[in-house]
Amino acid sequence: MKKVLILLNVLLIASSATLSAQSDSAKKAEALVIYMEVNDYVVENEACLRCHGESKYILKDESMEREITQSMCRDKIIERDDYYSMVHKSFACLDCHSYDYEVFPHAYELRLEPTFTCLDCHGYDEDYAQYHFEDIEVEFQESIHMSANPDNFTCWKCHDPHSYRTFVRDDEKSVTEAIAYNNDICLSCHSDFSRFELLTDKDEIDLLDTHSWLPNQAAHFRSVRCIECHTSLSDSVLVAHHVQTKDLAVRNCIECHSSSSILMGSLYKHQAIESRGKLGFVNAVILNEAYVIGANRNKVLSFAGVMIFLLTLGGISVHIVARIIFKK
Amino acid sequence: MSKLSYHYPLIIRIWHILNALCILLLIATGISMYYADPGRPLIEFSWAVKLHNFTGIVLSFSYLIFFFANLFTENGCYYRTKWKGIINRLIKQGMYYMFGMFKGEKKPFPITEKRKFNPLQHISYIMIMYLAVPFVIISGLGLMFPESVLKAPFGVGGILITDILHVATGFFLSLFLIIHIYVSTIGASKSANFKSIVNGYALVEEDEEEED
Repeated sequence: MKKVLILLNVLLIASSATLSAQSDSAKKAEALVIYMEVNDYVVENEACLRCHGESKYILKDESMEREITQSMCRDKIIERDDYYSMVHKSFACLDCHSYDYEVFPHAYELRLEPTFTCLDCHGYDEDYAQYHFEDIEVEFQESIHMSANPDNFTCWKCHDPHSYRTFVRDDEKSVTEAIAYNNDICLSCHSDFSRFELLTDKDEIDLLDTHSWLPNQAAHFRSVRCIECHTSLSDSVLVAHHVQTKDLAVRNCIECHSSSSILMGSLYKHQAIESRGKLGFVNAVILNEAYVIGANRNKVLSFAGVMIFLLTLGGISVHIVARIIFKK
Repeated sequence: MSKLSYHYPLIIRIWHILNALCILLLIATGISMYYADPGRPLIEFSWAVKLHNFTGIVLSFSYLIFFFANLFTENGCYYRTKWKGIINRLIKQGMYYMFGMFKGEKKPFPITEKRKFNPLQHISYIMIMYLAVPFVIISGLGLMFPESVLKAPFGVGGILITDILHVATGFFLSLFLIIHIYVSTIGASKSANFKSIVNGYALVEEDEEEED
């Protein structure tokens, strides 16, 4: 019943729009109806998103009876599509944010509002035990991100609370998608100095230059996540969070390009657990998305190769013996 | 009647030794990458990649020189064959290597001024130089520039297919190399053919009417 009322409310908003803006409003109303399939607070959230879901907002000066349009700060914009398709898509804004945000203009103190960490909701909870949030927290605490800036670095610096999606456990999503999504997280700071300098006093990094030693650099960037080389692996955590200093990064090609490739314990860990030894290839799961020289050998072809090689040597050996016997 | 003849001109010998060095280096670096193992490195991986790429490019240029030289010079005639009766000639030469040479039979296709290669050499060199080497070069260039390879023909990774074909062709080239070196010991003496390809002189028979 509540949903029907909300729907009617939304349709009313749509129908009251002017003719020229009717199609835009109708589209927005349609989108809101779709969001309602995953979230019970779509209408309530619109109280926030009518400003924070747009690139601009309107300030009203009631004494002078005028309106001023201002642009919304980039970091404060929340894309509705992203929000309603992320891991916390069923949330109301006020599940995490103070009720004081209902008052506009927002109070200065709210800018200092402490944010939840992952452990605040997921820690020491049987329902989330399989994700090992406690181990992730330990890894994060030991990471260079935390040690370099313990006051400002939180889970949310990488995992945007308003858009974060997961990939590695989802068999429907490709590894290529996961790589691009994960690397974008790193690049959002490491290739955007305006964000990078908020967390460190270091100079801007030229990633193409610092990675110039990589052969086929673009292919590497497309095929692996930054964290493959920049974290230390652990057994319990599916996605390593112990980000290390650059001097500890993997530089030895053979750590990936060999039958004991570390990629099987990182990028392909989930698939490696789910499916072992497909197609007769060494590290077969990598083959679904990529081909890693040295890490993907076809066992059948390798065996056939060795046999043909031995047969050739055998034939030559017989010929040599015959030549010795017949003195030729 | 045998006579010592200047059989391999200097330019052919330089090209041959360059090709041999390239193929040996490509096999060693190729094996190092394919069987990459932190515990048993033949050639360290990053060096193997660099050397393999560099040598592959040198081999490609060497092949282009061979290809165009054979198009525009007389050397090309050694790589053309009469296909009629080829099976019989191959069997005849094969039988000589397997049985005839041990019975002291005469060589069925002795080397002459006009006939540089016996039928088995002839066909294997044509297959190697006009099929295997160009294929290994094209597939190698595909791996060097992976964006040029079709992404997923037949639903399987294009790079995977290219690499398997590249490795398989490289493997058969390695086998050819082993057999080529071994057969080279079958000459006037065990080292005669090796000396010939170094100094250019070889013992050849008077030309016959029949050619392979």
